Amino acid sequence: MLVLTAVAALGGLTLLLATGLIVANRRLHVDEDPRIDEVEDMLPHSNCGACGYPGCRSFAEALVSGDALPGKCTVSNDDERAAIAAYLGVDIGAEEPRVARLACAGGQNVARNRARYTGDRSCRSAALVAGGGKGCFWGCLGLGDCERVCDFDAISMNEHALPVVDEALCTACNDCVEVCPKDLFSLHPQSHRLWVACKNLEAGDDVLDDCEVACTACGKCAMDGPGLIEMKNNLPVIDYRAKDYRARAKHATKTPIERCPTGAIVWIEADGRVIKGDEARPVLRHATRLEGPT
Amino acid sequence: MLPLRQRYPTFTHGVHPPESKDDTRALGIRQFPFAPVLVIPLSQHIGKPAVPVVREGEEVVRGQVLARADGFVSVPQHSPASGVVRRIGLVPGIAGKMVTGIYLEPYPGSSQEVAEGEPCDLATASPGEIVAAIQAAGIVGLGGAAFPTHVKLVPPEGKSIDTLILNGVECEPYLTTDHRVMLEQPADVYTGLRYLLKATGAARALIGIEANKLDAAETLQRTVPQDLPVAVRVVQVKYPQGAEKMLITALLGKEVPSRGLPADVGAVVVNVATAAEIGRLLPHGRGIQERVVTLTGPAVRRKGNYRIPVGTPLRFALEQVEVSDDVSRVFLGGPMMGQALSSLDIPITKGTSGFVAFTQAETGAQRKEYACIHCAYCVDACPIHLNPSQLGLLAKIADYERMADEFHLLDCFECGACSYVCPSHIPLVQRFRSAKALVREQRSR
Repeated sequence: MLVLTAVAALGGLTLLLATGLIVANRRLHVDEDPRIDEVEDMLPHSNCGACGYPGCRSFAEALVSGDALPGKCTVSNDDERAAIAAYLGVDIGAEEPRVARLACAGGQNVARNRARYTGDRSCRSAALVAGGGKGCFWGCLGLGDCERVCDFDAISMNEHALPVVDEALCTACNDCVEVCPKDLFSLHPQSHRLWVACKNLEAGDDVLDDCEVACTACGKCAMDGPGLIEMKNNLPVIDYRAKDYRARAKHATKTPIERCPTGAIVWIEADGRVIKGDEARPVLRHATRLEGPT
Repeated sequence: MLPLRQRYPTFTHGVHPPESKDDTRALGIRQFPFAPVLVIPLSQHIGKPAVPVVREGEEVVRGQVLARADGFVSVPQHSPASGVVRRIGLVPGIAGKMVTGIYLEPYPGSSQEVAEGEPCDLATASPGEIVAAIQAAGIVGLGGAAFPTHVKLVPPEGKSIDTLILNGVECEPYLTTDHRVMLEQPADVYTGLRYLLKATGAARALIGIEANKLDAAETLQRTVPQDLPVAVRVVQVKYPQGAEKMLITALLGKEVPSRGLPADVGAVVVNVATAAEIGRLLPHGRGIQERVVTLTGPAVRRKGNYRIPVGTPLRFALEQVEVSDDVSRVFLGGPMMGQALSSLDIPITKGTSGFVAFTQAETGAQRKEYACIHCAYCVDACPIHLNPSQLGLLAKIADYERMADEFHLLDCFECGACSYVCPSHIPLVQRFRSAKALVREQRSR
């Protein structure tokens, strides 16, 4: 008898709660656009955030509601973007792919260390210990935080402990920009091929003691590219918004970089080759002088 | 005489690193010569950098204002010597960045007398005027953090201060500057204390001193002015007893709440050397132009406590004390909380309490990092009862959000006790510092 009461009580309770759930499901049901799931499935699922949305799901919602166009997704290839555009019946919205560019060329072959850093092998940690031991206070520490943070294997450290970005793989997700303690990465459209690969704010030939490819703030590039390049804070600043940047830079591939004595301002070819001016000194490796503590 | 007690008050947890203070604790403070060129960064304090008020080529007198404070959380910078301003530009900073600063060339023949300013009269000045005078004197916490002292004296809205604590603990190994200041300048300490009591409106003052400096405690006890509501308290020798939250726990038995300020428990903590400097400077209306620095370590021949002009390049200072040629590591501010330096060209600033130099032989080979074995030594060491082991594992997988949200990363004040005890040589505190910086960056975005 006792058993039957228990079974009946629990069974009754189950029925009651189940009915409640069914009613709630019917009454509170929200119809979601089924296209969101479909579009999300067509996206790469990398949740990198390069589109400016928190992840692929919210980007899919924005696509379906018409707030964004498929071209914003830099991870998908052209066919995938076209498929989404066709499915939704919208434009692809061609965006010029952007890539991360490193504003430092001071690998271990050309840049001097003032101290040997032996702590935690991370740029972030090293930067907190008196800047990390590199002679140039602004230079790349070469411990590869960016290589580790990159979800797309677009960054690899070269033999001189300098990160190299593979433009074909880079999705401009901004992770390397955020992780670099020296703020050396920034995102640029691929067409920005004229590039200042230095952040040293000091002027004069003294900077060459720390790094052979540093900008000495001589200002020759600014003279050769008036209206395009301006010297600010001892560094050339390229005005990529200059109306005729493209035309100008195309004609002037060699012009602003031509007379740079150290090769701090460069031209980056589509295949990743870095072209320096003819007057850039051939890089010689000094015997590394280690001095001071750490 | 102080009451002899076997057990002095303290906080829970903590570590006992070798004190290593015997080399310099008995050596009196000596005046340091001027370097050929002084390098004066404009942000020697936490807060906005000072704004230069002199031009290149201008002649300045020792004690003159070189740069004015920019806002409330900022202090002015006074000239450490009579001489000429050579250049205003980038100077190497302690944090491994170039910062704006002034290159000053002292005149060799100058008498180097200090310019006097508007004195701050203790009897007539209002609390607000004293706070302003402390800012005008360029006073920052001389214990190492270099936080502008006058900011601490103004409690946040709705809070009041009833206890003023002078911090004479100096728990950092090797350093003996506060010890010497207490022994040699007790009168200045008490003058400074009068200013501080009036500025904060605190009803009483406590001076906390670690039990390895009983001579200093006795000196201060003997010279207590009759009319001051002050008591000298000896606390147990333990690291990090000198952290202000730990000192408050030891002296008042109260715990400063997580992410809170000492004002939340009605206290304010000021370093004892800072108080001495206030007592030395304010009656004359002067500003800080020099500070006491311990130069020590196995690589230093003439170890000692020196009164060094602000802006003296470290390289010059180490030459003067005959540092050995095979110096391999130099720590700024002691081996526990201090940091290794990457350059000897940095200047000595207001926040510099000492340098410890080691030779190749003492530093030895790099220690290999092993996996965490969950021994929980770090948990027993952490003075604020965090879980460094768990934090370390999360740091390894870069889960900074969880470190901050669930494991109170931002309460860590980077004392390094966890790294000190870790048998696996995991650089815990270094990872926490870098994680904290990253979390703060992300939150401010």
